[in-house]
Amino acid sequence: MTLTTASAGTRAPEPAVRKTSGAGRGPRRPGRVRRTALPYLLLLPALLLEILVHLLPIVIGVAMSFKELTQFHLRDWGAAPWRGLDNFRLVVDLDGPAGQALLKSFVTTCLFTAASVGLCWLLGTAAAVYLQESFRGRGFLRALFLVPYALPVYAAVITWSFMFQRDNGLVNYVLHEQLGLLDSPSFWLIGGNSFVALLTVSVWKGWPFAFLIVMAGLQNVPREMYEAAALDGAGRWQQLRRITLPSLRPVNQVLVLVLFLWTFNDFNTPFVLFGRAAPEAANLVSIHIYQSSFATWNFGAGSAMSVLLLVFLLLVTGVYLFLTSRERRVSRG
Amino acid sequence: MWSRRIFLTLLSGFVLLPVYVMVSSSLKPLQDVSGEFRWLPSGLTVRPYFDIWETVPLAHYFVNSLIVAGAATVCSVVIAVFAAYAVSRYRFRGKRLFTVTVLSTQMFPGILFLLPLFLIFVNIGNATGVALFGSRGGLILTYLTFSLPFSVWMLIGYFESVPRELDEAALVDGCGPLKALFRVVVPAAVPGIVAVAVYAFMTAWGEVLFASVMTDETTRTLAVGLQGYSTQNDVYWNQIMAASLVVSVPVVAGFLLLQRYLVTGLTAGAVK
Repeated sequence: MTLTTASAGTRAPEPAVRKTSGAGRGPRRPGRVRRTALPYLLLLPALLLEILVHLLPIVIGVAMSFKELTQFHLRDWGAAPWRGLDNFRLVVDLDGPAGQALLKSFVTTCLFTAASVGLCWLLGTAAAVYLQESFRGRGFLRALFLVPYALPVYAAVITWSFMFQRDNGLVNYVLHEQLGLLDSPSFWLIGGNSFVALLTVSVWKGWPFAFLIVMAGLQNVPREMYEAAALDGAGRWQQLRRITLPSLRPVNQVLVLVLFLWTFNDFNTPFVLFGRAAPEAANLVSIHIYQSSFATWNFGAGSAMSVLLLVFLLLVTGVYLFLTSRERRVSRG
Repeated sequence: MWSRRIFLTLLSGFVLLPVYVMVSSSLKPLQDVSGEFRWLPSGLTVRPYFDIWETVPLAHYFVNSLIVAGAATVCSVVIAVFAAYAVSRYRFRGKRLFTVTVLSTQMFPGILFLLPLFLIFVNIGNATGVALFGSRGGLILTYLTFSLPFSVWMLIGYFESVPRELDEAALVDGCGPLKALFRVVVPAAVPGIVAVAVYAFMTAWGEVLFASVMTDETTRTLAVGLQGYSTQNDVYWNQIMAASLVVSVPVVAGFLLLQRYLVTGLTAGAVK
């Protein structure tokens, strides 16, 4: 009903304008003043919360990274002594155990993120492209593919950790007992295999998001383009390369960045899969920071690592956005 | 198209495998999940579904999660609607700064502000007597800001797709800006708002890190509570699977019912 009155208003704007300007000359001025303040008022709740929960903690976190925050000072962290760059020196000192552990964890995280984002993107795009045309069961498949995304992280990851159990899990049963690919049941949640296990779970959880975004992006590609291309004799592969992928470019720019940030910062998946102590092969940076902060109670060093992580992410994001935006501008112009 | 059939079949198998394990294991007796894995249960039982409520206070955690996720969703959506309306309909100083700042909080690793936030909550509690740490309120506050950036971002795009003439006409007809928002813009943007609400609820329902640090026995949510099924001697995998299934049903059902809105919401919003 509101819609009809509104469109009626659009159709005949003239008398309406005259009515308000004629009748409401008096209260119009304070209305104007309120209107310039209004956007700020509307933003205020969001702004306050962002400051309280995101920005202020980050400022405090940066301050903490310059302090000696060990178990002796935790109670009154404001009074903890300033230590300048000591914490940073400690965590980037590649000759010391802390620096080596951080570097190792960082490399692991980079490899893990690259593999996971790549696979998520590939599976998501392929599935979205295959589901572009309508066929029987398409709606069902679409809903099915979104299930991993909809499941709560812990429920899904606990199920995977059951499947990866050495003695009673599905993975060993299938690979060892049924297919004979493994000589003996292997451990998946400790040792070198844990990287594969984590990657599998991460891709399983993450690819539906890529699927969802690409699917939404594909709805903006005009159907006529495909029809025209088909008339010109372009095959499926050519249509994919010349129409689908180029039209997805702006979507992919955001999608890959978001996938990268979420995967790189992922805490929930390894935390539920491995518990508090992640195996070295799957020791992602966020887990590493959490674990070393709470194991040694050195929160100063933990904050220093977090700050380095943030700087790294800011740099990558900045460079990425700069490069991809320039590329887009060049290809457009 | 054979490639399509093969690919989609394999992918469906990959997606369904854990779902099958979850459902089938939840119906197995304990010896089936303690010994070697079996595809089919030796006998079907629904006992795990009764035991889960006894082994840990699951109902209690469930209520906590419902309160926390529900409140975080409602607050997040309302706040995001206001913010997105301001950004999409007004020109003001600092607009770009706001959108960039809000979006960039998405990239911050949770671990970075876990400890500072903990300190802030404790200090607020000491100064004002408002207990945020260990309370549901603190968790609600935290979770709603987790979903806020994405919600604002998506709603901006969605509101921009609602023709400006609609609310301008309402303004001209004598509606205040807020009335125009709720009478014209919000009804026209329902799919986007539903999508944002689904996202906010899922975010709050599934979060683990802050839930494990910021809750105590009385305010514990499902994310932490589910870990209670593994005792020292024996892990009740059948009960864990049953409980996982039970806690997943509300979100998965809601999501699948509303996923259409999410896709249209994304088409109009994020993808722009």
